[in-house]
Amino acid sequence: MQGRELSGADIIVKALVDLGVDTIFGYPGGAVLPIYDALFRQNKIRHILVRHEQAAVHAAEGYARSTGRPGVVLVTSGPGATNAVTGITDALMDSIPLVVLTGQVATHLIGSDAFQECDTVGITRHCSKHNYLVKETARLGAVIHEAFHIATAGRPGPVVVDIPKNVQVATARYEKPARIEHKTYRPRVKGDLAAIEAAVDMLASAERPILYIGGGVINSGPGAAQLLRDLARLSHAPVTSTLMGLGAFPASDPQFLGMLGMHGTYEANFAMNQCDLMLCLGARFDDRVTGRLDGFSPSSRKVHVDIDPSSFNKTVRVDLTIEGDVGHVLEDMVKLWRARGLQPADQQDWWSRIRGWREKNSLAFRQEGAKIQPQHAIRRLWEATHRRNPIITTEVGQHQMWAAQHFDFEQPNKWLTSGGLGTMGYGLPAAIGAQLGNPGSLVIDIAGEASIQMNIQELATATQYRLPVKVFVLNNEYMGMVRQWQDLTYEGRHSQSYSDSLPDFVKLAEAYGWKGIRIETEDQLDAGIAEMLAHDGPVFVDCLVEKHANCFPMIPSGATHVEMLLSPDQVSGKVAKSAEALV
Amino acid sequence: MAPRTKSLFPEEISERHTLSILVDNEAGVLGRIVGLFSARGYNIESLTVADITQDEAVSRITIVTSGPRRVIDQITAQLDRLVPVHSVTDLTELGPHVERELALVKVAGTGESRAEALRLAGIFRARPVDTTTQSFVFEISGSTVKVDQFIELMREVGLVEVARGGVVALSRGAEAR
Ligand SMILES: Cc1ncc(C[n+]2csc(CCOP(=O)(O)OP(=O)(O)O)c2C)c(N)n1
Ligand SMILES: [Mg+2]
Repeated sequence: MQGRELSGADIIVKALVDLGVDTIFGYPGGAVLPIYDALFRQNKIRHILVRHEQAAVHAAEGYARSTGRPGVVLVTSGPGATNAVTGITDALMDSIPLVVLTGQVATHLIGSDAFQECDTVGITRHCSKHNYLVKETARLGAVIHEAFHIATAGRPGPVVVDIPKNVQVATARYEKPARIEHKTYRPRVKGDLAAIEAAVDMLASAERPILYIGGGVINSGPGAAQLLRDLARLSHAPVTSTLMGLGAFPASDPQFLGMLGMHGTYEANFAMNQCDLMLCLGARFDDRVTGRLDGFSPSSRKVHVDIDPSSFNKTVRVDLTIEGDVGHVLEDMVKLWRARGLQPADQQDWWSRIRGWREKNSLAFRQEGAKIQPQHAIRRLWEATHRRNPIITTEVGQHQMWAAQHFDFEQPNKWLTSGGLGTMGYGLPAAIGAQLGNPGSLVIDIAGEASIQMNIQELATATQYRLPVKVFVLNNEYMGMVRQWQDLTYEGRHSQSYSDSLPDFVKLAEAYGWKGIRIETEDQLDAGIAEMLAHDGPVFVDCLVEKHANCFPMIPSGATHVEMLLSPDQVSGKVAKSAEALV
Repeated sequence: MAPRTKSLFPEEISERHTLSILVDNEAGVLGRIVGLFSARGYNIESLTVADITQDEAVSRITIVTSGPRRVIDQITAQLDRLVPVHSVTDLTELGPHVERELALVKVAGTGESRAEALRLAGIFRARPVDTTTQSFVFEISGSTVKVDQFIELMREVGLVEVARGGVVALSRGAEAR
């Protein structure tokens, strides 16, 4: 069929519709006016106008992470594109599929320092999975389809498509391409069967196995989470998760040891240290997870399943690698295990040691008196909401770690947090994106009073689109996580970590058309949460919590899994010179 | 499978590897590759690039790099996941391959040293491609070691300047790799 010619802008919209896009997050400007006009003339795609381009990207991440579908962003050239860079980097670090469309000055102006010109493909080259500068309208449709393919295939990530204004204006024919197969980019999905067999043998014969899972299980889709349960059931192995993997395995399952790593549980970190077989599924041995490398799980054999082979042996040497999609590999492992009627080795001794570590009760906290302990606030929030299966987003800091420790997740795609980049300001826009993708869900941003101010302007976006998102601030009047490190490393010299001149958050929320609630004492906590949940619009809760609490347990930088600090009285205020340089 | 040695990366000895990378000949592809090396702190000892197909659609980039085996494996994996990269071949790992480098070497002098330069050039099969009464420009090709040696010798007989092309390499045998 020879269709009639369309403008580049119309081709973009048509391609997005063909790709099943229903929502895009963006902010207009000179270099994308043709696309905005094309959006005006259609009604299949809903455009969500954010208040800052960084928030558009985080919102798209929230949408993607909670729905499993790629997020789409549209921003103008120059400052629009540079404002988006933090979000793009965040999505790269956390493997979130995004397509980011940026306007660019007309092709004949590129390189002339034209108004609002920047080298978007240069700037985003190393913070995107791939990027394009499209110089011909005739290529536009194919590039957009290819961009979606690359964003979602293999290890997901953000793809940037930079589109000069004259390319948006010129016309060409557009045809929906048949199935895309990239000529060079073809990630391997099925794992090598011989390697999978070896892994199954190792797992079946292990006396002290552990499944160490990460965000890859969630990226692989809900089927992978189910297969993970099957494998855990069959193998009796305990399961621990990274920050990014929370929800892929049910927190209530007796085989779950909780999160591992810097703020992980005692039992998870000790089990990682003492295991004889580690099966890593879609995680990447990040430094927050491993602690000091030369003391990391010294006596285990390690199997690493990942769709991205560049993650193999990057920081930790493993004994067996399986390149493939975690879901597919799990499926083969479960099938093989069943077909061969395998039985796990005797793990009695292993589980009795795990019970011993669990008895440390490393997440314990004491709620006494009127002051609200932050952990307690999260626990009450969980009690009040978990039956509704809420989607939780976070900002970055202590509140994020406390939420990871004390809010239990039973399902994947319910926990949205900035892991790899640790971007303050992620939570509110991510909640907005998640709410748009899941209109019926309860979406709560568990925030810190410092982080929330980094994208506070997005309160208006929620108001505009009548999104009933909730922001629950654990207000400790400190950049708590920074202060915690100052307590640990600099003898408590709190340089610039006090949150001075805070706004009256209740009034601020009201000014944006939100309901504002302040919770000051423990006796107001449950009522405040109930009031938040009872209101069907957006609610901002300013929950004043204990100001000096620090987040434990903790593996200090430069320490190993078995050198965890369980409580503040173990903190000396100084670290070795060699550890001071570690992040 | 026997458990491997437990000490971390005990064999951190730097090795020199020649990587042959086939890429889509698209704008920015060289930037992607060079940027990957600088962003991740890998070494580049030599880099050459040119398109190699009739339609100019594919280029071969030859990179000589050095680092511990673990880093070389990382470099290969990181290159391989770049979208426009068709293939990465570690020629050093693959085994028999040929490596050649081209250099232009300018030498100035008269009398005895001029005669000596010409004599040495003969031994190295370097051809004079420009001649004045005061100078030569020699063209030499061969292994990096041979080119290095020739340049070293020319220092003693009036070396003025050098332009080197960087290493190009192919695997031996009938197959394309
Ligand atoms: C954009 C950005 N800037 C700086 C940091 C460093 N940082 C990490 S946590 C933190 C403090 C966060 O304070 P708050 O939001 O109040 O959370 P709390 O730790 O008090 O719970 C800072 C400044 C960061 N992660 N992101
Ligand atoms: Mg705070």
